[in-house]
Amino acid sequence: MTTATPPATPGSPAAVDAPASRGVDLRARLEPIWQAIIPVVLAIIASGLLLVILGRNPFDFYDAILQNGLLTDFGLQQSITRMATLLLIGAGLIVAFRANLWNLGGDGQWLLAAAFVAGLAPSVVESLGDLGLAVMIVVGAVVGALWTVVPAFLKAEYGVNEIITTLMMNFIGIALANILVKGPFLTDRPGVPRTDILPLEDRLPLIGDTQVHVGIVIALVVMVALHWMLTRTPLGLRLRVLGANPRAAVHLGLRPKRLTFIAFAASGALIGMSGAVSMLGDWGSFRADFNPAYGFLIVPLVFLARMNALATIAFVALFAVIQIGGDTATRQAELPTDFILVLVGLLLFFMTITEFVRIRRARRVAFVPRGLAEGVKATAARKGSA
Amino acid sequence: MSDLFTEPVLTALIAGAVLSMMPIMLAALGESISEQAGVLNVGLEGMMLFGAYAGFNAAYYLHSSWLGLLAGALGGMLAAVVMVVLCVQMRLDQIVVGVALFLFGEGVTSLLHGAQFGTDYPRIGDVVELKIPALSEIPVVGESIFHAHPIVYIGIALVLGARWMLKSTSLGLSLRAAGETPAALDAAGVDVTRTRTLAVLACGALAGIGGGYMAVISAGTFTPMMTQGAGFIAIVLAMLARGKVLWVIGLSFLFGISLSISTALQLAGIRISTDVVTILPYATVIVVLILFARRSYLPSALALPYFRGER
Repeated sequence: MTTATPPATPGSPAAVDAPASRGVDLRARLEPIWQAIIPVVLAIIASGLLLVILGRNPFDFYDAILQNGLLTDFGLQQSITRMATLLLIGAGLIVAFRANLWNLGGDGQWLLAAAFVAGLAPSVVESLGDLGLAVMIVVGAVVGALWTVVPAFLKAEYGVNEIITTLMMNFIGIALANILVKGPFLTDRPGVPRTDILPLEDRLPLIGDTQVHVGIVIALVVMVALHWMLTRTPLGLRLRVLGANPRAAVHLGLRPKRLTFIAFAASGALIGMSGAVSMLGDWGSFRADFNPAYGFLIVPLVFLARMNALATIAFVALFAVIQIGGDTATRQAELPTDFILVLVGLLLFFMTITEFVRIRRARRVAFVPRGLAEGVKATAARKGSA
Repeated sequence: MSDLFTEPVLTALIAGAVLSMMPIMLAALGESISEQAGVLNVGLEGMMLFGAYAGFNAAYYLHSSWLGLLAGALGGMLAAVVMVVLCVQMRLDQIVVGVALFLFGEGVTSLLHGAQFGTDYPRIGDVVELKIPALSEIPVVGESIFHAHPIVYIGIALVLGARWMLKSTSLGLSLRAAGETPAALDAAGVDVTRTRTLAVLACGALAGIGGGYMAVISAGTFTPMMTQGAGFIAIVLAMLARGKVLWVIGLSFLFGISLSISTALQLAGIRISTDVVTILPYATVIVVLILFARRSYLPSALALPYFRGER
């Protein structure tokens, strides 16, 4: 585009306009970044104040988070490992939210996929080796996708609100995962009811000398591919049109029913993959009543990133550090680990408020095309001097 | 199977159902009112936890279950104020704020309780129950329904009152208009923001009493995340009741039964996994939705902020 513009001669209108417009563009382009950073800073300050009220030193607390989540080798590796699981959930949520489908049943999809993978993996991986690991990831994706069929069907055919149905399927999924683990997949070993343990050497391969498994590579590839799919392919555009305006989608000749099924299935499949990666890489076994409830925690991050896959990577990285470091930090401060929930909740509040301020500011500025504004100013200046 | 319908089993079943249905019923009633006014309150669980925490503390320090329930209502309303300011006054996204309120409520109540008591979970003394003289002598239903904390009857009365309010008063009409076509309500000279504010505050108070009930009367203690999804169940029930609040009683009783059935069956000597039992109500609803293909009717302006003059 820039090559097509003729070189501007000094004094011509284009030369006067160009630097100003570039400044505005840069500021406009940086705005989403500020929009994302301000709530994070405010949430950290507000949680710090809460710590002061509770009689803890917030600087010690945040230092402990950084030390244990980022600055030690062990902590950093744990954070990266956790990122793999969370990124895939984020990917699943982005697909659904972009199509304006509220998939709030992520935990059920995740746990059910995890239960199937944990139950089948020990025997499958033993007989098939590394191929077995790939098969298990596919199994996780299929289970996750299948668990969205009912909400997708009810939404597409009868317009039943998907918040209700995904929440109900969520509760059923959690209970069903436990039934599977306490029943068909139960190990013979005594102790807490759980599935057979996948031996360490059979789990997802580690990267180099680290304790980080290849899940992170899978997750990053998925995120980049998803970003490409949503922004550069017809399917991505269709999903966004469906999300922005279902009626417009019909007028454009899209098939909302089919798209609803596709978006839901992709969402469930990615979340199921996350459950599979977590079982095959991190845990190796599903313990009864296990529920880390990652699904709801990732929702705010996806919003904060405005459902942009690449921005989600940054926020998930930050959150993984807070979660891993926060485990030790809350223990040292003798507080429940639920402190992290406060931080995430505050993050969401401040995010919506920042958005509110932005809209208010945008509304206060009267919209006048730049050329017209310059012309009016110039006229006014000429009249003033005359 | 013959000893399944014995008196102690049925009594345990119904008494357990009544005990466990109340918080869900109160919260679902609040959610119904809020939804009728066009505000989808996803943060119901957070409001219940605020209510449970406030209620427990009041009952623990002031030694009164009534003050506990009152504090529960205030705690729920405090959380509702956040919702009012952000969603009704500032017109921000209701689902995002709702999820925030849920996470914040879970975190902050657990944090405060942890900072206060560490890993101790002090208990409240037994609460006084009301025994209605003649009726409580009836077998099965007498002992289970007419021998309970008076809040149970107040709860039922609240549902009936809400039904009357929604159907037969001008306030009820305003509330429903605020959820259906807020622009028409505005044109009729009623303040949409004020109407929705009232609805959300009422929802907070009811959810708070529900949470307070869980802490003060059912459990007698506060444990972090003690509501265990009751708020979400209440949202589902409110949506299924489709604004007909009497349905809320029936649906919550159904849930109450499914929650108490495993205890009752144990009395009858039948062991059944609680996981299976928890699935039953949801599975029933899903099957009903698939078979009868009913549109779950929702107010048309639900979850949409109202901007005056916007088309």
